[in-house]
Amino acid sequence: MKKIMQSLLLLIPLFSISQESLRGVIETTNSQKEHIGLPGVSVHWLNTSVGVTTNKKGRFQIPYTPKNKKLIISYIGYKTDTIDIKNTQELQLLLEENISLDEVQVHNKKKATSISFLTATNSIKISENELLKAACCNLSESFETNPSIDVNYSNALSGNKEIKMLGLTSPYLLITQENIPSVRGASQAYGMNFIPGTWIKSIQLTKGIGSVVNGFESISGQINAELRKPKTDHPFFINLFSSMSGRMEANTYMNQKISENWSTGLYLHGNKRKTKIDHNKDGFLDAPLAEQINFMNRWQYINPTSGWVSFIDVKYLTDDKQLGDVSFKPKKDKSTQFEEEDTYGAEVNTKRFEAATKLGYVFKDKPYQNFGIQTAFSTHDQNAYFGKNTYNIKHESVYINTVFQSIIESTQHKFKTGLNFSYDRYNELIDTYYDYTYSGNSSERSFGSFFEYTYDNLDNFTLVAGVRVDAHNLIGTFVTPRLHLRYEPWEQGVLKAAVGSGKRVSHIFAENQKIFASSRKISFLNDESVDDLKPESAWNYGLTYLHHFEILENQGTVALDFYRTHFSNQIIVDYETPEKVSFYNLSGESIANSFQIETAFEWIQNFEIRLAYKYLDVKEAYQDRVRQKPLQPKHRYFANFAYETPQNQQQAFWKFDATYNWIGSQRIPNTHGELPLNSKGYNLVNMQVSHIFSPNFEIYLGGENLTGKTQKTTILGADTPFGTNFDTTVIYAPIVGRTFYGGIRYKI
Amino acid sequence: MKQTILILTLLFTYGSYAQKTEKKLKTSTTFLSVKGVCKMCKNRIEKTALKNKGVKYASWNLQSKELHLIYNPNKANKSDISKSILSIGHDVDTLKATETAYQKLHACCKYRADSTH
Repeated sequence: MKKIMQSLLLLIPLFSISQESLRGVIETTNSQKEHIGLPGVSVHWLNTSVGVTTNKKGRFQIPYTPKNKKLIISYIGYKTDTIDIKNTQELQLLLEENISLDEVQVHNKKKATSISFLTATNSIKISENELLKAACCNLSESFETNPSIDVNYSNALSGNKEIKMLGLTSPYLLITQENIPSVRGASQAYGMNFIPGTWIKSIQLTKGIGSVVNGFESISGQINAELRKPKTDHPFFINLFSSMSGRMEANTYMNQKISENWSTGLYLHGNKRKTKIDHNKDGFLDAPLAEQINFMNRWQYINPTSGWVSFIDVKYLTDDKQLGDVSFKPKKDKSTQFEEEDTYGAEVNTKRFEAATKLGYVFKDKPYQNFGIQTAFSTHDQNAYFGKNTYNIKHESVYINTVFQSIIESTQHKFKTGLNFSYDRYNELIDTYYDYTYSGNSSERSFGSFFEYTYDNLDNFTLVAGVRVDAHNLIGTFVTPRLHLRYEPWEQGVLKAAVGSGKRVSHIFAENQKIFASSRKISFLNDESVDDLKPESAWNYGLTYLHHFEILENQGTVALDFYRTHFSNQIIVDYETPEKVSFYNLSGESIANSFQIETAFEWIQNFEIRLAYKYLDVKEAYQDRVRQKPLQPKHRYFANFAYETPQNQQQAFWKFDATYNWIGSQRIPNTHGELPLNSKGYNLVNMQVSHIFSPNFEIYLGGENLTGKTQKTTILGADTPFGTNFDTTVIYAPIVGRTFYGGIRYKI
Repeated sequence: MKQTILILTLLFTYGSYAQKTEKKLKTSTTFLSVKGVCKMCKNRIEKTALKNKGVKYASWNLQSKELHLIYNPNKANKSDISKSILSIGHDVDTLKATETAYQKLHACCKYRADSTH
């Protein structure tokens, strides 16, 4: 709307008869990089007393005579500009913020991680700055400086990292890419490695039950990654990374404006590890040989006059990993390893294609009312073998979501409503050395509708009540209610409560792929099979208290939260017997309690400290009795220190970041005494130093696991990988010791 | 199938409900210039505006200091809305908030140049 007005105004001088005044508009860019009028700007002719100020739209009109040649434009906090005027042509000027005003900069500094006081959900926003602190380089590694998420190795061979929230692994989290469910089904094991960190603009973590808008699947939380937008992001970016553990990465993207409304971006990521590393001398690679090529093309359409916005994304990736014996050569040994049982090797090869569109419409003159439709299609094709075990999975998925958002009477009462549809087809093939085979096609369809109402009393209370009804071919028709409350008992504090249910269909093989890299035999209860496993269902309850405080004029926050997840059904994955892994429906209790206290404050200027303690009590009913979930620390301490030096004239500065974790004792499942029954607590230290030479160029160096803590025996039965006690699934400490890495980032 | 029809009908009625209310009530849009400096100001200005009966939408832009208002002219008027914002200490257009109202603002919201920051 504003754009039209501006262009109309540009035309006015052409028609006006009076040529005695100069008109113009002074603009600046807001945080969304849009041009907006700047009111109150002083505009006057050099060496005269003739001056005016801009109106609330940034426009001005000043008397003009040909002897006036230089126009001075000044505004506090902005660079003063002098402009040569030759005629009375309408003037459009963009003022730049004055960089030398250090004070303004410090006050406007964005927090790298921030807990939201304003939303009813317990949400944490991880910004681009926080993502830079991680060593490298994809979504699964983006949480190393965040205490709400636990990151650990899933097994000894793949080097793959697994994340947990509230003591529950990623299948219980809804992981979305711009609100489209992305890491699920076949991509559950490795999917987080398929979203490169440099493509991510920010991550939003929601602890506990999420909104009904994005489906019924989230149980312990939601992770949403917002990608970069071609219209507003850097025209060019490149990042090169190399680590002593042999990993190399290259990330680059280019964004370009095609026309007034269209912008496009090309995003490319490649990573490679060719160096063979076996520091623990067990004859197996500590980290897999790997190669990934990941490509995305993004189109963005914005038409402010019509109110339409759109995104179109196409993504393709190939990812190949080689695991196992250091001397394994796939071409030569793949066929012989089965007969001769000499070198154990494994490969996991994935191809994935995604296409997604988003279309949104903001109603004219009703900024509070909009409509959106998202569609996504993906195919995932993974072929893998681990020694004599084969596991292949194909997954095709279609997802459509529509959301209509408006108000009732006023924005005090908002609502969102819509329909969604999803279709998933799975094709799995399992062939194991002990003759368990499975070959199955299955499909899931669900059709649902939701309604979410938000009430704000305009003072200290917000309520978000959502309900959805879904018809699912395997779960049936069911209702999912979710409620979030936010209350401000006093000025510095916010209390939040959440309750709701979630359901999901478990894909036991895709979610537990690490079992194939062991001799553990897949088993079910007496005369049960995979078809007897029921959908999982749980309730989640959460309570959060946030408090603002000030020390020595510096701001700080304290966050306390307690969550309880109570399963009414769950697929228990039972590793308690060394030679097998059993899957069965929960009969009895399964409860995950999580308590966390976290504080973040600026100790001295530019020096930020975050401290956290977390307690997790995760219990599941196994066949014999209720036990603590294995490989889950009860206690974790976390500290992060971040310091930035002041910027000099060239805007160059240093950044220092250190993260400390103490991971408490974990229960280890029975390994015939090869490993202790409980692990000892250990320390983990990561550090990073960056030097920002200019806003365009920076170099970073870092060290991971500086105390060099590693698990002594990561592979059980490493000498006889084709024997019955070969097991790579029991991992409670890092596999790779101290490593250093470095990289550069350049952007225009 | 029954479920689907039910859901569709439900949604349809929501849609038509929203339309009906729109036809019956006239809406006015206006912009007020409101002084303020921070997100706390934004929150306070918008909430105060919304507390006026008949105000449907209020959005204050921190950079341009413009308050975008959508209201029902039968129930609300511009001068009452301006008064309510003045009463919490924010200057509106050429009107100045009283010193008493201004002094009640949080320290970070003091937008007048002469006040100590």
